[in-house]
Amino acid sequence: MSIYLDHNATAPLDPRVLEAMQPWLAGMHGNPSSVHRPGRAAHDALESARAQVAALVDAQPAQVVFTGGGTEADNLVLKGVCAGRPDGKLLVGAVEHSAVLGPAEALAEAGWEVRRIPVDSEGRYDLKALDALLAADSVKLVSAMLANNETGVLQDVAAIAKRVHAAGALLQCDAVQAAGKTPVEFPALGADLMTLSAHKLNGPRGVGALVMDRRVDLKPLIHGGGQEQGLRGGTENLAGIVGFGKAAALANEELKARTAHSQELRDALEAEVRKLPGVRVFSGGAERLPNTLQFGIEGLDGEWLVMELDKRGIAVSSGSACHSGSGEPSHVLTAMGLEPAIAKGALRISFGLGNTGSDVSAVAKALHEIMTGRARKMAAVGW
Amino acid sequence: MSVNKIIYMDYAATTPLDPKVAAKMAAHLTLDGVFANPASVHAPGRAARAAVEEARHEIAALVNAEPSEIVFTSGATESDNLAIKGLARFRKDKGRHIVTSRIEHKAVLDAVKQLEKESFDITWLKPGADGLIQPEAVRQALRPDTVLVTLMHANNELGTLNDIAAIGRLARANGTTFHVDAAQSAGKVPIDLKQLDVDLMSFAAHKVYGPKGMGALYVRREPRVNLEPLIHGGGHEQGMRSGTLATHQIVGMGEAFRLAGELMPAEMERLTALRERLWTGLQAIPGLLLNGHPTQRLPGILNVSFPGVEGESLLYACEGLAISSGSACNAADREPSYVLRGIGRDDQLAGASLRFSLGRFSTEAEVDAAVQLVTTQYRRLAALAA
Repeated sequence: MSIYLDHNATAPLDPRVLEAMQPWLAGMHGNPSSVHRPGRAAHDALESARAQVAALVDAQPAQVVFTGGGTEADNLVLKGVCAGRPDGKLLVGAVEHSAVLGPAEALAEAGWEVRRIPVDSEGRYDLKALDALLAADSVKLVSAMLANNETGVLQDVAAIAKRVHAAGALLQCDAVQAAGKTPVEFPALGADLMTLSAHKLNGPRGVGALVMDRRVDLKPLIHGGGQEQGLRGGTENLAGIVGFGKAAALANEELKARTAHSQELRDALEAEVRKLPGVRVFSGGAERLPNTLQFGIEGLDGEWLVMELDKRGIAVSSGSACHSGSGEPSHVLTAMGLEPAIAKGALRISFGLGNTGSDVSAVAKALHEIMTGRARKMAAVGW
Repeated sequence: MSVNKIIYMDYAATTPLDPKVAAKMAAHLTLDGVFANPASVHAPGRAARAAVEEARHEIAALVNAEPSEIVFTSGATESDNLAIKGLARFRKDKGRHIVTSRIEHKAVLDAVKQLEKESFDITWLKPGADGLIQPEAVRQALRPDTVLVTLMHANNELGTLNDIAAIGRLARANGTTFHVDAAQSAGKVPIDLKQLDVDLMSFAAHKVYGPKGMGALYVRREPRVNLEPLIHGGGHEQGMRSGTLATHQIVGMGEAFRLAGELMPAEMERLTALRERLWTGLQAIPGLLLNGHPTQRLPGILNVSFPGVEGESLLYACEGLAISSGSACNAADREPSYVLRGIGRDDQLAGASLRFSLGRFSTEAEVDAAVQLVTTQYRRLAALAA
């Protein structure tokens, strides 16, 4: 029997989403670009999914562009806005996901000047530092996430948007980890561009979306065929898009109940974790996603702890799945100014679909056992 | 909506999922299946990684490549973009000349046009009347600064098959990278990458009874081909394509390619016979013209021109028969096909052409019904036109 507590890495598909996808996996196989009847049915399904995704974030369907995932959507934004010759600077948050930092580094190699927005010790973007960066240079685009994937910390995107717009720049908000876990309202956030991923909200992997103000001049990343209003070529992944639509609709309907449930579990575990010796909860003093708990234990290797829990059938991670196994403290924790001794001991637990109170007891018990066993061993070797 | 009553003959636009593929995908999605992130180190993550690597092996096996030469993408369009832009941008200091043809798929045409805007010099080869690009034409186009030749294996509208073995030898001898869009041909006819001088090859899952939104790019290791990635991030797929791997999509493609390999010899024979039956049946229409080479082509595609009627009218008159007047990607723009004009058909004939594409679930009864429907509607429209 295994316990899955790594929902920020990927969330299992909701069975109701699979049910919605099934007709598109069997039988209804039109290409939405074909003019014949199966093609038209596919086109209708595509558009109703677009409306469902738009509704989740309070946007207009015409503002939604489907992509092959969150990483592609982030690349589309950064490279799409910054295509061609550098004509301004790019600011990216220091704790952004690699899907943002990766293209930012590629743009830096292509000649763009890229600056990082620092964070405070809780992982929140430093608005004063942002003001200074915006005042010093002519900035074209700023990329700031809504919820951090490791710590779960929530950024004040609306406040960032005001500053960015006052400076005449565009704001991109990576809301991949936030959507479905906390309310996300595109107009209220004030971002010009926002990225989403289906699999973080119990939809299928391989589908994402860009939500955008259509006045932004964006160059496509993938050319050919002219799908998605010319912004993203390629035959649409219809089953995936329909699944994304259903997952978004369910998240929209059930957001309050989901949030309350995962927060109850997270808070219960956090109370247990705080009893462990040498523990520190990351972003513990800031507003966070209700499902996420990341902490460090002084002098401990987080990867080792992940494997110890894995032996007991409990799936968690030390941080981002994309960096699993590297053994280095994450860029997020480093940017927060955490000493390597504690940052290397990071463990991330993220709740979601299917988790119950007994999972909390099981992981609390396992952590206690592991720590007691370790203390005993260390005493035996005379440390 | 009774999609099932329709005779589907548009397998070149997209294919239905094979039920075995759908079952495999469904087992890799929910909490009771293999659902985790393949990049995660825990047990569910390792199970997902194993499923992904098994699929990579199946895909490599179909085309006789090494599993480490397969990079997963979101589809053939992305594969084409990654291959063409990625190679050209990586090698731009070595040269800025690219050779392609006028009848490539939009995914290739649009990627190459983008490079033209980035000041690459493009040679647009013209096919012969049979739809083939002659190796000799490629030889003449090659220059010392040619960094890339990109040509399709099977044309999506005509089904004609280019001689990629001969073209590859010429490109290799010139030190030029050769990219082949094999979205239409992989799984339909044999491809042996150990025997071909092909450096990059694009694949689509949904043309072979696999899922939409899933593709792969073959990137040769010896001699090594380097690409500038299109999508940067977590460094997945050896740094060539970042983004969380969609396990269900990947295992779906793996199963689709495994099945295609298993069924290929029998399907080639069966589909060739069905296509001949269709062609023979349509002979009742006077002046009917075959588009593309008569033999050097895929078993499942038949593209014909109907003199004296409008293709679009014929298409609508044949409600109940799902075929297309060209490629699905161009269906909305109503222009006569650039492929047919490219092989020398005039606007009238190019506009009066239909592509029938047969596949795994096509039957003789369907072919006979299609012949009857098209013949009847043709006669009606021809009488009206007269």
